[in-house]
Amino acid sequence: MAKQNKAIKISKKHLLGIQDLSISDVNHILSEAKQFIALNKSKNKKIDILRGKTQINLFFEPSTRTQSSFELAGKRLGADVMSMNLSNSAIKKGETLIDTAMTLNAMHPDIIVVRHQDSGASNLLSQKVNCAVLNAGDGRREHPTQALLDALTIIDRKQKIQGLKIAICGDIVHSRVARSNIYLLNMLGAEVNIVAPSNLMPKDSQKLGVNSFSDMKKGLKDCDIVMMLRLQNERMTSSFLSSNREYYEYYGLTPDKLKYAKDDALIMHPGPMNRGIEIDTKLADDINKSVIKEQVELGVAVRMACLKIFCE
Amino acid sequence: MRKKYFLNANIIDPHNSIEETGGLIINEVGKIEAVGKKVNNNNIPSREKYIDLKGKCIIPGLVDMRVFVGEPGFEYKENFRTLSEAALSGGVTSVVTMPNTNPIIDNVSIVDFLKRRGRDKAKINIFPTASLTKNLEGTNMTEFGLLQAKGIVGFTDGYKTIQNTRLMSRIMRSAYDLNCLVMQHVEDEELSKDGMVNDGIISTKLGLQGISELAEKIIIERDLTLLEDFNCRYHISQVSSEKSIDVIKQRKDSVNFTCGVSINNLSLNENDIGDFRTFLKLSPPLRTEEDRQSLIKGVNNDLIDVIVSDHKPEDEEQKRLTFAQASTGASGVETLLPLALELYHNESIKLNKIIKALTCNPAKILKIDKGNLSIGNDADFCIVDVNKPWIVKKENLVSKSKNTSIEGRKLQGKVLNTYVNGEELYKM
Repeated sequence: MAKQNKAIKISKKHLLGIQDLSISDVNHILSEAKQFIALNKSKNKKIDILRGKTQINLFFEPSTRTQSSFELAGKRLGADVMSMNLSNSAIKKGETLIDTAMTLNAMHPDIIVVRHQDSGASNLLSQKVNCAVLNAGDGRREHPTQALLDALTIIDRKQKIQGLKIAICGDIVHSRVARSNIYLLNMLGAEVNIVAPSNLMPKDSQKLGVNSFSDMKKGLKDCDIVMMLRLQNERMTSSFLSSNREYYEYYGLTPDKLKYAKDDALIMHPGPMNRGIEIDTKLADDINKSVIKEQVELGVAVRMACLKIFCE
Repeated sequence: MRKKYFLNANIIDPHNSIEETGGLIINEVGKIEAVGKKVNNNNIPSREKYIDLKGKCIIPGLVDMRVFVGEPGFEYKENFRTLSEAALSGGVTSVVTMPNTNPIIDNVSIVDFLKRRGRDKAKINIFPTASLTKNLEGTNMTEFGLLQAKGIVGFTDGYKTIQNTRLMSRIMRSAYDLNCLVMQHVEDEELSKDGMVNDGIISTKLGLQGISELAEKIIIERDLTLLEDFNCRYHISQVSSEKSIDVIKQRKDSVNFTCGVSINNLSLNENDIGDFRTFLKLSPPLRTEEDRQSLIKGVNNDLIDVIVSDHKPEDEEQKRLTFAQASTGASGVETLLPLALELYHNESIKLNKIIKALTCNPAKILKIDKGNLSIGNDADFCIVDVNKPWIVKKENLVSKSKNTSIEGRKLQGKVLNTYVNGEELYKM
């Protein structure tokens, strides 16, 4: 990727989804992120480009890695970070998302990072506040920073995305990670396969510009990247699958099935993992194949880049 | 009341097959005395004043077959008075109200209350329906016969569907015995559970649970199959998809039934939802453009008999939420006619057919003597400028609730005056 001109401005005020971004926006974010990778490995990890800025993390849904990643990212850039876990406070008292937004807006934050269980929640929030809004996951719709960190991880290992064959496997219908990745990887020129049992495949998925498979072996054939998704049992209100055991047999990533992908294929997973359900535990920890830890590491860099760019 | 004379209007009354330039005379007691081309300057007394309506239309007052009113229980959304004002401003003079109130309209005593409130507060004709099942629970039938004797025009669970097939067959038998009208909202509630929008690429992209068109088709097929054996008066409240139209087409010759469609489904498609516009969260959901086109064809081919507003007032607080949390439905009684006229202006449906689906067709299904300009009948009518351009603005809406699905839409055609029983109750 060519080095971006510093003068490039992002075309959007908010980061609500990959769908809203242009390719130059994406390249801008990724090249910024690259510069933070080294910083995160150095002894002194703190700089002050966001000093005096206030970042509020508004999490309506429980989260460990995304929330801590955003919190760390903000702190390393010198921002004042406040994390609010709302899954058990204001909402229970009957306050609506808009009221919460108005309240926080009155405190003049510079950026709000939001996660919510309903699709479109970050869009709604962005219409009601003056500062920038970063979507940290809304329902099933989008999780843009996850897709960006996945892309950065792939580029880091494979030096490119253009022309790669990438399989996204598992609970596609409930997955915002899948949607954001489909948009982003398509935009960056990859060929995307999605693999899921029909009950976990969204309607008209082929219109997203992907190849859909219900047979994992066919879906993994000759892939450079195998991206596994978590089975989201908490979003399943009725019977989607017979059992975890059967799911593992047909859709869990095992050494056997991985053979269908290219020999140097990399394994990715956005976490948290259900070991022994969607992925064989040894594969998940195989340092020659799995880049799951690297995804977490680069996640901080990507979020630093997003905070920096959207705070400006 | 003085006699009233209207001349040189374009009179459209599908019930009496009138579509001609002529006049209308209202007598002293608010009934229609004469109508049509024979009413002209030559046969009205010279001392009488008349209103010249050159370039304007006179049509029967609209009969809106699907209206939710907040009374009793949700008066903050809409009451009979505000509903009347809204309806009159849209040329609607008769409405069929849904039983989904609090308390629910499921017993004789609440009907008495409703009739009294309607009579005292409403300026338009209120035709109440009662629920098919007690407390809308879908388990026990209401007293069709007694309720009908009290003035209930039809039976429906409103936005709920009878899921139990055995109960549905028994409802049809009772309705046959007592000659009652059954109006079914067609949706398999298990299949559509948690659904918010049409199941398709839009639901996939927005990450919202979809409602399959099959949920509608399955209930239509089931009910029409039952109807072959128990032929009661049966009306499909609203259809939304091409698949449903196909079923209706196949069964139209072998079974007797009628069918309605919401003006929303005729005029909008799922793409209008855009960036999570909760005002377009509707039931049935907006579907694809192909579905919309098939509904238009359905009206043109007489597979669909009635166009309704599906007026469902919701206060703004219930819409200023995430899509999943927001309530379903749009206010629309006052924009029903202007939005329907859009289908005339863009040459989708002939004017006469539109008026028919808004006036005499629903009246015929309901067996009420409304929606026509027959001599001797109540003078319920409106004067329309079908070409007048205007823009829908929330703040100008008359209804108590402003949740319109067509905010900012440029329409052509507006009601100028509305008369009920010969009295002018609305003037633009």
